[in-house]
Amino acid sequence: MTAGPVETLGGRHAHEGGLVGLRSSSLTTTELAAVRADFPLLTRTVRGDRPLVYLDSAATSQKPDVVIDAELEFYTRNNAAVNRGAHQLAEEATTAFEQAREDVAAFVGADPGEIVWTSNATAALNLVAYAMGNASLGRGGAAARRFALVPGDEIVVTEAEHHANLVPWQELCARTGATLRWIGVSDDGRLRLDELTTVVGERTKVIAVSHASNVTGAVTDVPRVVTRAREVGALVVLDVCQSVPHLPVDLHALGVDFAAMSGHKMLGPTGVGALYGRRELLEAMPPVTTGGSMVEVVTMESTTYAPPPARFEAGSQMVAQAVGMGAAARYLGELGMAAVAEHEAAIAVALLDAVTAVPGVRVIGPTDTRDRLAVVAFAVEGVHPHDVGQVLDDRGIAVRVGHHCAQPLHRRLGVPSSARASASVYTTLDEVAAFGAALATVRPFFGLGGQQ
Amino acid sequence: MSTAMEQLYQQLILEHAKTPHGKGLEVDGQGESFQVNPTCGDEVRLRVHLRPGEPVIDHVSWDGSGCSISQASLSVMSELVEGADVPAAENLGATFRGLMHARGKGLDEESEDLLGDATAFTGVAQYPARIKCALLGWAALRDALVQAGAVSTDAGAPAASEENS
Repeated sequence: MTAGPVETLGGRHAHEGGLVGLRSSSLTTTELAAVRADFPLLTRTVRGDRPLVYLDSAATSQKPDVVIDAELEFYTRNNAAVNRGAHQLAEEATTAFEQAREDVAAFVGADPGEIVWTSNATAALNLVAYAMGNASLGRGGAAARRFALVPGDEIVVTEAEHHANLVPWQELCARTGATLRWIGVSDDGRLRLDELTTVVGERTKVIAVSHASNVTGAVTDVPRVVTRAREVGALVVLDVCQSVPHLPVDLHALGVDFAAMSGHKMLGPTGVGALYGRRELLEAMPPVTTGGSMVEVVTMESTTYAPPPARFEAGSQMVAQAVGMGAAARYLGELGMAAVAEHEAAIAVALLDAVTAVPGVRVIGPTDTRDRLAVVAFAVEGVHPHDVGQVLDDRGIAVRVGHHCAQPLHRRLGVPSSARASASVYTTLDEVAAFGAALATVRPFFGLGGQQ
Repeated sequence: MSTAMEQLYQQLILEHAKTPHGKGLEVDGQGESFQVNPTCGDEVRLRVHLRPGEPVIDHVSWDGSGCSISQASLSVMSELVEGADVPAAENLGATFRGLMHARGKGLDEESEDLLGDATAFTGVAQYPARIKCALLGWAALRDALVQAGAVSTDAGAPAASEENS
């Protein structure tokens, strides 16, 4: 279905008055019903005959028919090895593969040559970290020297990062002697970006930060990070896993150097993600995984490497999944990300209201609706998140429990783990109401406060 | 509420979770184990206190945080192994692991008699994600017995860390 033209707001709306004030129409009831009809899984029941209320889209999103069909079509019609072979199928497969790259690039405001396929966002972040490690060992020659780290150099992350945007940098520091520093988090779960002036300095070579937290839903003021990075000549690596499926994102407008995205969180297949890198950076960066398809001339002594993105795509690629991810990008683009964002802003308000309405339940993260996604982590007093999730599951409501791959953030916010409800474009206000009603039964079930 | 849920959260489990037995780590003890469930962050530190000169568990003490299933399982286990000789405790652990892999169908009468209150966890086996919650304490016990030198690591049961991964 189509909901108006694609709007590209450069992802800058986040610091220009919040998501609710976007100048566009949200999804109408009819449009939302049409969206839901695109997702076959949403019609199934769970735990007996209960309708599924899927509030775990921050972990992984459900898939529309167009994505499922794109993979099916590729395998039933076009499957062949890409970028080699002189036959028609090889041409078709290569065309589909490269078209997907163009579609993903267009969706996030990048050029196709700046999109590298990876197996997931974690692999994209590791690719940058390991390329810098290789540059630090002298690989990539003079051009790659800008990526090299020496003892005393600093990498800055935040206390709110997903482990995928933390551990690779810890490891890079361990390999190079660089020092890891981090921006703190305030009690309400927002990044302490005031610390950019103290934590980021002349030795900072990389600032790695998430566009939006997978725990608190807080959206980062990326332009402020980029401005500070430019002052000290640091590279900005942005984890856009949570933002790209939910907000208009224009990577060129944001001005970041690298960005890591996930296919399966943006309505696409598992097994595929992408690294965005500014073209001049990708051209200067040494390869990480080496082997077939990423080379120019190979002799027994040495090898020259292909230009990007091929330089970073060694071996057989996840072609069908990439084609599926391209279909997901087109689908979201046709819906219009401004409309998606506005719909989810309304869901965010409803989720926050639902959680704060229940006695003994508190939000882990910001309680205001400014610059936040429809991702709400919460703690139920006296009940472990795992037990919370079990009671909700018994009513067909799927939420995530645990530390959501963000142990330091939970530690900072004073809880070992949390439950989390997260929405996507297909989430309805009725589902949020069902979630709220079920949440109210949790403490009484365990004999605590409230009414049965 | 579904029948499966009623079987999962039996009254006995909820009561043990609320007032757990053996909680409160004591300073002495012959073997100690720290176990975490990396998917949910649950953790326990358990010490086994053996009787002097005897291969008998006088009692265990532990501290930790976790869901009602993990806490109740630690509590019931603490009661079960108190005064048990080491081979009997090992046999209890193996039987309980068997119960967790019985898909909620329970075990034969003899095994269930052995497990006593721990048969309340039969319903946990219907929820694959919760099995490791129930096994957290038993993994810690086994590892603590290994640390204490009371059992060897190659006695057949899987190592604690594997069980919890």
